[in-house]
Amino acid sequence: MNMAGRKSAGDIAFDLFNYAFMIVLSLLFLYPFWNLLTLSMTAPQFVDKLGLRLWAEGINLYSYKQLFNNDVIYSAYTNTIIRTVVGTALTVLVSMCAAFALSRRDLPFRNGVTLIMLFTIFFSGGLIPMYMTVKWLGLIGSLWSLILPSLANAWYIILARNFLMSFPKELEESALIDGANPVQVAFRIIFPLSMPIVAVIALWAAVAHWNAWFDAMIYLREKSDYVLQLLVQKIFNQDRLDPTNTGTYIQITSQVSNQSVKAATIIVAIAPIVLVYPFLQKYFVKGVMVGSLKG
Amino acid sequence: MNDAALHAKWNGEKTSRKRLGARLGKYGFYYLMLAPALICFLIFSYVPMYGIVLAFKNYRFADGILGSPWVGFEYFKQFFNDLFFWRILRNTLIISGLHLLFGFPAPIVLALLFNELTSRRFKKIAQTISYLPHFMSWVILSGIMLELLSPSRGALNYVIRLFGGHTVHFLADPGYFVGVLVVSHVWQSVGWGSVVYLAAIAGIDQDQYESARIDGASRLQQMRYITLPSLVPIMTVLFILSLGGIMNAGFDQIFNLYNPAVYRVADVIDTYVYRAGLLETKYGFSTAVGLFKNVVALVLVASANYIVKRFNEYGIW
Repeated sequence: MNMAGRKSAGDIAFDLFNYAFMIVLSLLFLYPFWNLLTLSMTAPQFVDKLGLRLWAEGINLYSYKQLFNNDVIYSAYTNTIIRTVVGTALTVLVSMCAAFALSRRDLPFRNGVTLIMLFTIFFSGGLIPMYMTVKWLGLIGSLWSLILPSLANAWYIILARNFLMSFPKELEESALIDGANPVQVAFRIIFPLSMPIVAVIALWAAVAHWNAWFDAMIYLREKSDYVLQLLVQKIFNQDRLDPTNTGTYIQITSQVSNQSVKAATIIVAIAPIVLVYPFLQKYFVKGVMVGSLKG
Repeated sequence: MNDAALHAKWNGEKTSRKRLGARLGKYGFYYLMLAPALICFLIFSYVPMYGIVLAFKNYRFADGILGSPWVGFEYFKQFFNDLFFWRILRNTLIISGLHLLFGFPAPIVLALLFNELTSRRFKKIAQTISYLPHFMSWVILSGIMLELLSPSRGALNYVIRLFGGHTVHFLADPGYFVGVLVVSHVWQSVGWGSVVYLAAIAGIDQDQYESARIDGASRLQQMRYITLPSLVPIMTVLFILSLGGIMNAGFDQIFNLYNPAVYRVADVIDTYVYRAGLLETKYGFSTAVGLFKNVVALVLVASANYIVKRFNEYGIW
């Protein structure tokens, strides 16, 4: 930002402040997660100690061992992975197909359809009507109740539509002149070129699915159907009523405290995202940029 | 098209049908691509809207939606007269207002600060850390906060005691709870929120800064007269959207952090709708409250957009 050379004293002070501020901010943002990580590895006798917990006392991995001795963590992981993969794949498919159709400027009723989709962003039936709809479809207790309702997302469709509309018309026209039919144009030319926006939508949808808990909470009944987030929610919700108990969901021995096991559960639930998101952030950022700047 | 019209006139119906068929055929493929999305919207967005009729009926499971007796605006009358309702409305507006007050400027400030960092590597690392909380659900974040704010074990109370203060029950004390909500909301959203502004800043014409520097403008002045005004369009859009969402005080966050001790300040419309509807099965009543909320939100967004459009050209539609 500044040209090489003259930096006033004020500038230097500002820079110092800025860098210091950023360092403090980053440490503060990371500290809560670090706290939890050390808690998950702390021996039971040190767990109730009041402190900053910058390192784990009596460091051990027993909490994790005991967590993985329970079946529920495996089923939760499996369910979460299934709903994320299937949900994301289907969402991308549905969104891209719809966006492709809507990108045809000459499509009859195009404006009407767009309006129908846009309206859903601003108005909905509410919690109870949604619940009753899912119930009426017989999806209660099924993983599909977590996947199907979010398939149609107006944001993703509009985003993808704008992206597709930025392709030059000549691309399609030359293909059609060469004798290709619309199906071939769609799948052989347009879709391969849409990979950037597909990546963006896929990542957004995947994160949303991984983090979703409320739908699981109201639609699922059996413990074996739970997803990770729901498992964490149940454990901590119970904690607010009865802090000494993880018992109903995770069985533990006295070798570990239930606080450290709860912490371990969270670590296990967020590990994939934390490890992966720094490398994928350019896709997320790109999506935000394309979406907000082009409106 | 003219030719086709002439043909139609001469050959009568047969050609008209052919024209319609050709039209459908031409666009048929595209409609097919639209179909899955439209079906999903129909089933999961519009069918539930029909369920809004529940707000006007005394739902009996045995009679189903259609068979249940009509009660008109009974539920609306009920909740407007209900003391609790005004409490939750007040809480909703206060919490949303505070989120807006602190949560709206924070990403802008952060973006401006990020922009001033010269080391790209440092900037990238700081940014990545800043939006880590955005990728966590409130279930996770509240679990983390439960630990941090714990009266017996928590780091925050440790620091407070270190400085000679008394233990604070952050999550059980109505006086502190809303503050916890606001601060943690900023924690979760400031990093990600700054991404949009940074993108907008990156799009500003660098020549403006050049000439300003030549004219002797300080960094602060550059920010004030170049950067900020360029951000006004995007700020306006985001502000309108935030206003539209003022009836949502953040269900996920509140639900995972609240408890009966703080209902007085923390119970908002969405949490009330959830408890009344799914826990107490007052389906009609809950739907009525939810409907009220959605209608108000819709009116708010439309009004905000209209007002903004009157004063300048930026709006959502």
